[in-house]
Amino acid sequence: MFGSGVQQMIHTYGDLSDMHLDILSEIGNIGAGNAATSLAILLGERVDITVPSVRLLEYKDVISSTLGDPEELGVAILINYTGDIRGVVLFLLGYEDARGITDILTDGMEDNTDNYGGSGLSEMKLSAIKEIGNILGSSYLGSLSTLTNLHVNISVPYMAIDMVGAIMGPPMLEFSIDNKNIMLIEESFMTSRGSLKSHVILFADIPSLNRIMKELGLFI
Amino acid sequence: MSGKIAVGISDYKTSKSPDTLVTYALGSCVGIFLYDPASRIGGLSHIMLPSSSLRTNDAADNRMKYADTAISDMLASMESLGAGRDFIHAKIAGGANMFGKMDGSFIDTIGDRNVDAVRQELARLGIPLIAEDVGANYGRTVHFNLKDGSVEIQSIGKEKREL
Repeated sequence: MFGSGVQQMIHTYGDLSDMHLDILSEIGNIGAGNAATSLAILLGERVDITVPSVRLLEYKDVISSTLGDPEELGVAILINYTGDIRGVVLFLLGYEDARGITDILTDGMEDNTDNYGGSGLSEMKLSAIKEIGNILGSSYLGSLSTLTNLHVNISVPYMAIDMVGAIMGPPMLEFSIDNKNIMLIEESFMTSRGSLKSHVILFADIPSLNRIMKELGLFI
Repeated sequence: MSGKIAVGISDYKTSKSPDTLVTYALGSCVGIFLYDPASRIGGLSHIMLPSSSLRTNDAADNRMKYADTAISDMLASMESLGAGRDFIHAKIAGGANMFGKMDGSFIDTIGDRNVDAVRQELARLGIPLIAEDVGANYGRTVHFNLKDGSVEIQSIGKEKREL
């Protein structure tokens, strides 16, 4: 499909060539585009995405370069994917944006009587956030699966509301074992009300990246 | 002059009174605070993974990432500053399971595995573990004061604790 030269298999994230990175960027673009469409339907408003960025970062820099302050309160929904390829999709939202989205979805239905670990969000709002994460992750991975013709199973969504640094640690560490750097494909969403402080981040292990490249015709 | 020294993920720092060593937002990672009250020399290690045996290639080696390599290296660094091995004790914090139970995932129980590995390594090195604040499902920011070896822990929506 991308027929300009045979590429080598990669052994670490540092081996990714510019062509690999372009392809991953396009995968992120299509995945996040699908996810944005799902989000737009849910919210009933237009949702745009930023140009995807594929980044190789040292794990100590991942947090500061995604949401900034590691102690900031954030909301994350994590989905594991397995099958022909494996990794994690993480949907990360600033706390106020998470509140804002749930206000739209649960408009006038209830007040904040319940409280999850001091989060100030009710059970219903928490379920709504989790479901949004689930839908976004499924749309993203669905398009990845279609594009590559690879089989992908997705887990139930897991949620955490806490310091961004503490939330980002667990998904990163699996991919840091043999690598100085972590590769992540990242997008932000914008709604008509303004930019939504949100990120969809895809992590994939090295064998999965090789498999994706192979399916797209990069190795002979 | 007392300084505040930040310790990142997969890193350790050693210093002495009156400095404070700080690490932010420990999730499933574990912070290990070694202190010699006699010389008031201390070290803070922020490990990410339980064992260096998880590696399959050595190209990206970082001994500060794993419980089984970071703690002994930090201990040696403290001794080179003049800490007395026989006086050193340990406190630990972190090892949360941020996303709760996750069936079949590598991340599932990683916090618990990190804590177990740290306890084992401290026992192997003969360093007494005198206090801990580990587990549960929330993040922790920690200030380790080398004037007295006290460890202050902050989490979102919770009272400050001191070890």
